[in-house]
Amino acid sequence: MSGPLLVVADLVTHFPIKAGLFRRVVGHVRAVDGVSFHLDSGETVGVVGESGCGKSTLGRSVLRLVEPDDGVVAFKGEDVLSVDKTRMRELRREMQMVFQDPFASLNPRLPVRDTVAEPLIIHGTAKQEARQKADELLEAVGMRPEHGNRYPHEFSGGQRQRVGIARALALDPSVVILDEPVSALDVSIQSQVINLLDDLQHRFGFAYLFIAHDLSVVRHVSDRMLVMYLGKVVEAASRADVYDSPAHPYTHALLSAVPVADPGVERKRKRIVLEGDLPNPGSPPTGCRFRTRCPIAHELCAIETPPAVDVANGHMVACHFPIERGETLLDRVAQLGRSVGVIGG
Amino acid sequence: MTDTRHVSAIDDSIETEARSFGRQVWDRFRRHKLAVLAAVVLVVLTVSFWVAPALSPYEFDEITPDFRQPPTAAHPFGTDDIGRDLLVRTFMGGRFSIRIALLVALSTTLIGTLLGAVAGYFGGWIDALVSQIINMVLLVPALAILLVLALKWGSSPWSISIVLAALLWTRIARVVRGLFLQYKEQEFVMAARSAGARSGRIMFRHILPNVMGPVVVETTLLVGTAIILESTLSFLGLGVQFPTPTLGNLVAEAKGAIDSNPYRVLLPGSFVMLITLSINFLGDGLRDALDPSSGGGRT
Repeated sequence: MSGPLLVVADLVTHFPIKAGLFRRVVGHVRAVDGVSFHLDSGETVGVVGESGCGKSTLGRSVLRLVEPDDGVVAFKGEDVLSVDKTRMRELRREMQMVFQDPFASLNPRLPVRDTVAEPLIIHGTAKQEARQKADELLEAVGMRPEHGNRYPHEFSGGQRQRVGIARALALDPSVVILDEPVSALDVSIQSQVINLLDDLQHRFGFAYLFIAHDLSVVRHVSDRMLVMYLGKVVEAASRADVYDSPAHPYTHALLSAVPVADPGVERKRKRIVLEGDLPNPGSPPTGCRFRTRCPIAHELCAIETPPAVDVANGHMVACHFPIERGETLLDRVAQLGRSVGVIGG
Repeated sequence: MTDTRHVSAIDDSIETEARSFGRQVWDRFRRHKLAVLAAVVLVVLTVSFWVAPALSPYEFDEITPDFRQPPTAAHPFGTDDIGRDLLVRTFMGGRFSIRIALLVALSTTLIGTLLGAVAGYFGGWIDALVSQIINMVLLVPALAILLVLALKWGSSPWSISIVLAALLWTRIARVVRGLFLQYKEQEFVMAARSAGARSGRIMFRHILPNVMGPVVVETTLLVGTAIILESTLSFLGLGVQFPTPTLGNLVAEAKGAIDSNPYRVLLPGSFVMLITLSINFLGDGLRDALDPSSGGGRT
């Protein structure tokens, strides 16, 4: 196949802020504000960022579960955002989603077999056949098919998430968007579900867009990663580049928050604590959006929005003063004679 | 080597045989003793309303020479001012009251659920329109409207039903609208959409079953409300008219005789109470039975 499977370019999704008696639109939350990336078949792209940075909205916009305001989503060269309803329904076979909350994402009044069979029935498979296929799918995700006529409340969180995965696989899609698929699960269950997703990818060749707020979760599965902050991608690179030579100060801060399994290392580890909260996405800071919390911000950062620059073969960073290979954020802070909140060390 | 990824947190001792949804609903309903009792009472009452008048030696509008009788062997419920047998009139009255109540409850449930669902699901101008209509109906004083409509449209059981339905659908519509607003944002609805489901499928297969519990409760409450409102109207002389009896107008007719023959008020009155009470218990039981996550279905 020529070209990437999915191309997203300058995607913009705004939510209107309504106020007053007549629900007048007084502004917009720029949930996704000009995001571009591509996804090749069979690969995993991880999307990380803190809550509210727009990563879930990004996933939903790609599937048109919320309508984007601008930009391009091209699946196998076809513009997804401009197709009509009928074609969109066909395209949904190719792009499926696993949702974050396994309690809210399954219909409590539907036995899980029916939930898994539903996409098939919608797309014209006969009921009996769809149920049979649903049993096979339940088995593929490590559930017992004879539990198919049970209701969601009879399962644990991890099992429900398996059902959610089985549903997403039912139509044999080529792209699966995983919207924080494990963040609602216990840590012990998280790895099981991640391993399952990994297995399924090897067996069926799905491309994953893996959304997470936790870097340790996507570390093992991603080929490439996007780091998002307040609706924008601040760093996009291969997994190795992001973990070994992060260039954006925000990525540094995120990475420093990941705990290390070795208690000796963990005790000595320094965690950078960013000041303040995520700014109001209704009125983001001028220039670089991260500058209000950035320990190394300069005057320029308030004036000019940093463009995404390629710092090393495909390692894209949107920062005026990217941190260089081998350098740490703390080095840079010290060099500037500033200080930053640090825990541990 | 065993497959360690295959979590088997489900206790295998739990029965796994398939049970139909209807069977599960019945199993849960059965455990609700009061609701079962209420259902039995309602069935017995309803059957008797249809059977008893046929067995009675008197017609419900037959005038006998024994007027204003207290309960006797010949007339166990007594007779009214012009000598009609009150036993047969009370049971006939129950028949008309039940008929009106069911008609009102079913039609309001249908209208209210449909309008509420459409308003809540689609939002926008459809919601604005439906909500404004609801507000208008709620704003006007119900009794005044009932009186005017009853005067204009006459007082057959049919027209009373239509008048009551026109006033009562708003309650259920508001409940359903609110629930649809809440459910349409749920992830399982989004999942259905991402699977390609159309609006109709989402509304009726995904959201509606989830709102059935509250709807059933509202419907049963409506049966009670309809019986009481019909009685009120009849009491005010604007309900179903002479000679057709309803439980309401029987009480109304008897109000002058409450001192001399209190049974004339108490007997039809207690039927109203018994029906409304049973309906409410039945509603409680049905709500729990229709909720698959309410306990007890499996044990």
